[in-house]
Parts: sequence; C-alpha cells; structure tokens
Amino acid sequence: MGRARAFLLAGAALLLGRRRRRRLRPGEREPIVTAPAPRSPDAELVAIGLLLAAAASGIAFVVVYVLDRLPAHTQLLGLTLGLAFVFLAAALTVTAKWLVPNEELEDDYPEQEHPDEQERVVQVIEESGLTRRKLFVLALGAAGGSIGLALLTPVASLGPAIHLARFSLTPWRRGTRLVTEDGEPYRADEIEEGTFYTAFAEGADKEALPSSLVVVRLPKGELDLPPENAGFDADGILAFSKICTHAGCAIALYRKPMFAPTDPQPALICPCHYSTFEPAKGGKVIFGPAGRKLPMLPLAIDGKGYLRARGNFDGPVGPSWWGVRMKKPTT
Amino acid sequence: MIRALVRFIDQRTGTAPFLRKTLRYLFPDHWSFLLGEVALYAFVVLVGTGVYLTLFYEDSTAKVVYHGPYGPLQGQEMTHAYRSVVDISTTVKAGLLIRQTHHWAADVFIAAIVLHLLRVFFTGAYRKPRELTYWIGLTMLTMALLEGYLGYSLADDLLSGMGLAIGYGVALSIPFVGANLAALIWDGPFPGSYAFFPRMYIVHVFVIPALLAVLLGAHLALVALKHHTQFRMSERESERKLVGVPTFPGQAPRSLGLLAAVAAVLFLLGGLVQINPIWLWGPYHTYSATNGAQPDWYLGWLIGALRIVPGFDVVIGHYTLVPNPFWGGVLLPLAFFGFLYLWPWLERRFLGVRGYHNLLDRPRDAPVRTAIGYAVATEVFLVFLAGSADRVDVLFSLPYVPQIWAYRVLVIVGPFIAGLLAYRVCVELQRGERVEHERKRAEHAARAARSRA
Amino acid sequence: MRRLLAFGLAALVLAPAAHAQTGDVTRGRHLYGQYCIACHGANGMGVIGGRAGGQKREGPPLVGVGALAADFYLRTGYMPLRQVGKQPRRSRVLFSDAEIRALVAYVASLGHGPPVPRPQPERGSLSEGLKLFTDHCAGCHQVVAQGGFLTGGIAPPLQDATPTQVAQAIRIGPFLMPRFSPRQITPAQVNSIVRYVEYAKHPDNRGGWAIGLIGPVPEGLVTWFLAATTLVAVCIVLGKRLGRG
Repeated sequence: MGRARAFLLAGAALLLGRRRRRRLRPGEREPIVTAPAPRSPDAELVAIGLLLAAAASGIAFVVVYVLDRLPAHTQLLGLTLGLAFVFLAAALTVTAKWLVPNEELEDDYPEQEHPDEQERVVQVIEESGLTRRKLFVLALGAAGGSIGLALLTPVASLGPAIHLARFSLTPWRRGTRLVTEDGEPYRADEIEEGTFYTAFAEGADKEALPSSLVVVRLPKGELDLPPENAGFDADGILAFSKICTHAGCAIALYRKPMFAPTDPQPALICPCHYSTFEPAKGGKVIFGPAGRKLPMLPLAIDGKGYLRARGNFDGPVGPSWWGVRMKKPTT
Repeated sequence: MIRALVRFIDQRTGTAPFLRKTLRYLFPDHWSFLLGEVALYAFVVLVGTGVYLTLFYEDSTAKVVYHGPYGPLQGQEMTHAYRSVVDISTTVKAGLLIRQTHHWAADVFIAAIVLHLLRVFFTGAYRKPRELTYWIGLTMLTMALLEGYLGYSLADDLLSGMGLAIGYGVALSIPFVGANLAALIWDGPFPGSYAFFPRMYIVHVFVIPALLAVLLGAHLALVALKHHTQFRMSERESERKLVGVPTFPGQAPRSLGLLAAVAAVLFLLGGLVQINPIWLWGPYHTYSATNGAQPDWYLGWLIGALRIVPGFDVVIGHYTLVPNPFWGGVLLPLAFFGFLYLWPWLERRFLGVRGYHNLLDRPRDAPVRTAIGYAVATEVFLVFLAGSADRVDVLFSLPYVPQIWAYRVLVIVGPFIAGLLAYRVCVELQRGERVEHERKRAEHAARAARSRA
Repeated sequence: MRRLLAFGLAALVLAPAAHAQTGDVTRGRHLYGQYCIACHGANGMGVIGGRAGGQKREGPPLVGVGALAADFYLRTGYMPLRQVGKQPRRSRVLFSDAEIRALVAYVASLGHGPPVPRPQPERGSLSEGLKLFTDHCAGCHQVVAQGGFLTGGIAPPLQDATPTQVAQAIRIGPFLMPRFSPRQITPAQVNSIVRYVEYAKHPDNRGGWAIGLIGPVPEGLVTWFLAATTLVAVCIVLGKRLGRG
C-alpha cells in the first residue's frame, strides 16, 4: 500500500518537477491530480447540451412506449432509446477529450514474483505436523475422488446413456400403414411420379425421427436398386427415411428432371449441407457429406390399395453414431 | 456529500486505500485495448435484456394451437416455447425491441471477443505472466459460442430446430461416446424428452452466464493484478514502467462513453434492423426444413466445415468408427481451440519465447507467430466462407459444386500461402525499418561531420 | 387484405388466360417455326439428341402441355432458352403480348392440355398457405420464398412470380421442381399457397429493416460491417488521447 503511494507521489513529483514548483502553504496537501484541466467553456456547453438531449430522448422513449398505437412501434422505441445512448456517449466523449485533465502518469509494474513469500508458503505446508504425509494425501485424494464420483453418478439419470436400444427403435413393422400428416392413409394409386410425399407411421409420434418418410414414385424401368434393396418398391413407389444420415435435417428437397435427357437425375437432397441421395439406387449418396445411404423402407400395397410397410428400414435412421452399421432397426 | 459517502464506505469496509488505488490505476494508451471492454459492455446488455426475456419465455415443448394476433400462424400447432417467443415479438410491448437487442448483443459480443483475441494474439499479450488471463479469456469465448447457440435454439422456430438437429448429429458423431452423450443431453434420441428444453434453458440463463460472470471477474482481476500490457510508444515505456491515464478522472468518461456507445449501437440495431424474425420462419417439426439453413455468424465456420468434407464415414469392416460430422463439427473446433490453448506453451517450447513481457510486440516484430496466426485465421476464414457457397450460387450464379471443390483445395493450400505471405511481409517491414534507421544514422553522422568540417 | 383483393381482381381482368384462347393460331405456328421448332420439333413432337450448328438442340414434346405451360415459360422469359441443358432463368420477355397469345394458342392447339389457371389468392387462407409452403416448397424456395440452392440448380426467389405463374409452376414443375397434381395440391390449396407467396413479397417486417429475410448470413454482415466497424471507430476516437500522435 505504502509502496503504491510512494510510486504515485513519485510519479506526481516527476510531473510536477517539469513545471515551476509551487510552495505549499501550511495545512495544504500535495495535489494528486496534477495535470491542468483544460479550460474549455464551449466544450462544457456542448457536453451539457448532449446530456440534455440524452435526457429528452429517454423521455421520448417513455412517451413512445405509452403511445402503443404508433406505427413502427419497435423502430421508434429503438430509435429513442438508441439516441439517448448516442447522446450520452457523445457527451462522455466530449468530457473525456476536452473536459477532464489528460494526465499521463507512470507506474511500476508489480513485482514479478515474491520468492521469500513462496518459501514461506511451502514452509507452512511442510510444518503441518503430519508424519505420513504422502499416505494422508493419497487417502485424501481417494476420499475426494470417490465423493466426487458419487456426486456425479446421478448425472447418469439424465438419459438412457447405457442402453442405446432406443436409437434403433422405429415405429415400422410389417403391415404399418403410411399416413399423411393428418393421419389419412395413403393409397398407392394417389402416389404420382414427379413429386414427393411426406408420410408417417400410422399411430406413431410424428416428431420421432424414424416416423417420417419421403415417398416418391419412379417409372419401374428407371429403378436400379442394389441387391439388398431388391423388391423394396411397391410398383415403383419408394419410401425413404426423411431424416438425413449426415446431421439429422429433414430431406425436404426432391429434384426431378423436367426433361430427363438434359437435366440431372432425380434425387433427394438435404437442405442443410446438401447431401444428395439417389432414390433409383436405393438412396445411395451421390454428393455431399453424408457417409451412409438413406435408409429405405420396403413397401407393399394391401388388398384395399393402401400403402403398407413390408418390414423395417434397411438401416438405422438419422445421423450416424459409433458402430451404427452393426445396428438393426427394431420395432 | 462525497466526503460523507467515502467515509461511510471506508468505515464499513475499510476499502479507502483500495479505492484510491483503483482510481489511480493506469490505463496505457492504445485504442485496441478497448476491444475487450466492448465485449464486456455487450455482456452487460445481454444480461439486462436477457433477464427481461426470461420474464416471458416458456421452456415447454408441449403442443399448443396458435390463436394469437399474427395471421399466418393461425391454427398452427406449435410448442409453448415457440409460441412464447412469437408473443414476445408481437404482443409484449417493447418485447421485440428487447429480443432483437439481445440477439444483436450476442452477435456483437462474440465479434468483440474475436477482435480482442486477435489483438491479444498478434501482439503477444498472452505471454508470461498473463497466460492465465488468456486461457480464461479463451474459455469465455467457448462458453459464449455455446451460449449463443443455446440462445437461438430456445426459440424452437424452424431454423433453430434444424440447428439443434445438426448439433445432435455432431454430438452423435463423437467416437466411442457420441450416442451415450447425446442420450444424456437429449434424454433419448432426438428431439428428446420434455426435459430437454428446460435443460437448455437453465444452462442458457443460469449455468453459463454464471460461469461467464465468474470467469469475467477472474479475467479482470488478473488484468488489474498484473497491470495492462503496453506498446512502446516512446522512451518512457519499458518492461518495468507503465505509462497511462488513471481510471479517474481520465479513463472513467472514456469507459462509460464506450458503454453508452455499445448500448447505443445495440438498441439502434434492436429497433431498426430485424434479426431472426421467428414469426416468419414458422414452428419446427423434425420432418420440415427450409433451404439454406445457417447458424448465427459465429458458428458459420462449423457449417462450412460440415459442408465441404467429402461424404465418408470411417468404417472398419462393418464397424463405424467415425461418422462424418465429426470432422467439421468436432475435430475442427477442437483443433482450433486446442491450438489457441496450447499456443503459449508451443511458443515457449519451440520458439524459445521466455521471460516476462509487459511490452507488446507489433505483429512484424514476431514474424513466425504472425505467420502461424495468420495461417490459422485464414483457415477458419476460408471454412467460414465455404458456408455461404449456396447463397453465392443463388445470388451470383457461381455453381456450388465447383465452389466446394475450390474450397476443398483452398483450405489445404490457403493457410500455407497466407502464412508465408505474412512472414514475408513482416520481414520486409522489419528490413524497411532497419534501412530507414541506418539511413537516418548515416545522415545524422554526415551532418555531424559536415558541421565539424 | 384490400390490396390482395385488388390484386386478385386485377389478375382476373388482366389474366392472359382471358386472351389465350383468342390468340391467333396461324401466327403462333409461324412464330413457333421461327423460335421453337429447333428444340421442340415439328408440331411440338419434341427432339432428343438433336444438334444444329455445333450446338445441342433438344427439348421436351409440347403436345398436351396446354396453354398453362406455354404461357408460363414465355411470360417468365424462361423460353426461348439460351443454351440447351442450362437451367431456364427469369429473363427479359422476348415476345410482345400478342405474340405470346398467338404462341400459347398454337401450343394449346397441339393437344388436349390444361388452360392457364386463374388462382384466387383472396379465397385462400394465409396460415394454410404457410403450412403448405413449408411442407412442399420451403425445402427449395426457402420459407420466405427468397430462393435457394439444390445440387444441380437453384430454386428461384419468388419475389417476381405473379400469382398465375406460381399456380402454373406448381402444376408444371419447371426444370428440377417437382410437379404437383390437383390431386396432391387442390386448386383451393393453390389459392392458399399463392396467397402466402404474395404475403412473402411484403411480409410482416415488424422488426425493422428486413436485410434479405434469409436469416443469419446478412445478420453476420451487419454485425461485422455495421456494428463492429462502428464500435472500432468509437474505440479509436475514445482511445486517442489529446497531445499524443
């Protein structure tokens, strides 16, 4: 403490020393702020004016708030409050630059270290009187560690972190009908070429990732399904999980060529990172960062013409995780 | 009056000596030392506006049908969370001003931290004895990124829901523990149980802000304990002597003025420039998506990275080791922050930078550091740019796929070129200075010789 | 609301459909022979694998596409296409109104096809429109119809699309866009979608300057180029001390 004062005094003295030293009268103290305040009545007036403008803007904000029928209410509120701060900032800038003394002082940086004190700290600890210090510290560590572990254990209740079966669970089983967002079952004959449909498992929670499907129909001749997806289509109707295998966004794009000879082939695209999947090839990735094909759902048409699942997806739905390819979707 | 107040405080707390010292603490002279203060004041605005928003926000994902005053959403099914944010934006008087100011403040907060970090890095301000200050600052940056992400995710609009889905995909992609971790965070597979939003909420409004406040306190305390660094502006500054303006009366109006300026910019933006109009995006469903979904700017580098990685998972036999989002979503930020955390140590170990440093370098004074920093910054910036390739295609008809290929090459080559370039520029600048110095000395000597003759 | 109504009325009065059938088929055939026949073939039979003057010349058949498609492609300036295989983009309309009517009449005469639709957005529901737009359109066109990217092409912004053109595009599915039949999206639903697209041209920007309505990218630009720049300038002003260089 005393040191700081000494430094300050030294600094002040240094500055003072540059000017004519004034003799102190008895009872008078050495001034601390030694630089002269700039005498600038104009700047003072400007600062006062700006502060008053800030005050007026503040009041204007309250008035605007009360008059809530005004058009562009948010804009007027922002403008009045913002201007209040603009004026305040301007007033303070004027104060900083033209009204307060601009002293430049010197000060010593603090000591780099205190070797003496360091030694004392070590000494205090060493003189703690414990004989089997190592063992004690070890035991203390064990106690601390296990209490910490105990206190952390309830974190496991946050979610089913050990049993990951739910990640492979889907609402689809043999015979599940495909329904619209409003729960109306899809008929096979209403699925047309050149467009896409969003379908859900009948009775399932629509928000659960494995519930939603994107359904398209392609001419049977254009299908080029890999062997493991052979027969997954129902008369050219194909159903894929609507959730991208890359990062879980919804596959909300279906590009279909207007004129096949010159346009790119039909594809399902995720609008987040533009992973592109080819439905004719069973959801194969043809562009973008997805590392796994789009899961495909085998379809059938029942006696009444409704679309039904003929089993579960051919792979886990949604973004990939450690070991995902070993998991089989279950109901 | 003032005397009475000071006496009161000193008698109750005994802090008059401390107060006096504080008032005469010296702030060295350079505008770039104010960047950290900008972040601090943005944080103040964030806390203030944020507390206001909590008075209206509802953290429930239970479904409700909208019948409020905003026409296009009439009769739509949505969560209480989304509905409450629509209400804040439509029916709560001044609610939209506060919400938008809060969001702008978040964007500016992180921008200011990044500028501050750049200044600290390229001037070597993090060197001994200030490594702790630096590490705490970095930790605050990571916290701020997470905080911002949680903040806009809470709105549960279409865009934020897609962002959460991507976050889920990234969490899942962590080798060994991804699925377990995601199960813990979401309480099961995405979109998680009813508990997930309350979890995000408490983390956003309490856990991280409290952590930030504590770290901020430690950061500022450390700055004050070791005093500010300074540039050598004249002969007066040295490693032992600090030259500056005292807190009072010199610095106080500057700092307060800056606080007012930050508030001014944020409230003006909040009132005049629309940000994240969630009423236009509509509610989120896992099966809906909108084109070109982007995160807020400070996560833009991650979406760029996710997009330019070619499509592959690391698979051994049938076993998936590393799913794709890991590279862009986990590895890149880990590498980036790992580099920043380790840098003081790397510099000490490999560049032999030791000793105490109170005087700052200019970037040219440490060409290797500048080159490496420049290379890393270039990498991040390129990846960041790659995230907007889709919009560039839409606006300027520059085809996306070739752009992505160009970025794939650039992110490998670019940093080297940028680093070498920066190194050369530094060396040339140094050389120029040396020549100038020599010239001056020669001229001086010549003049002296002439006058002697 | 009133504006929408007026717009709907204007659309009714001005709808090219009102004139499409009255266009001059002979004149249309003549124009077709000049501008379209190279790619779409004689009598609109289509061309596959054709070449002329070193350039690809191929295009889909026009038999049965009706006035609906012809009117759409000509009034958006999508046709004539500059280069085969390129995505048609909205551009300057090359033909006069009378010429378009003639061409449309000619294409309509090639086979039985749908007439130019007359959407009535004032009969649609805005909220239903938003929902349908989100489900069917937003993946490509972005939720406020600002357009978007997809691998292989772009989905154009819909700011310049007239109600008729929106209704037409839904049925045609130009270039890579899906084609939605009346069975999938009913005419009543089309009215709602058109109403929403009209709304999206001037949506409720109660927050102030809309900066593009595409979310975080322009917001980031404002953060850096407006806010951060201003604050750095403030720092420089405040940081400079008087009497220092």
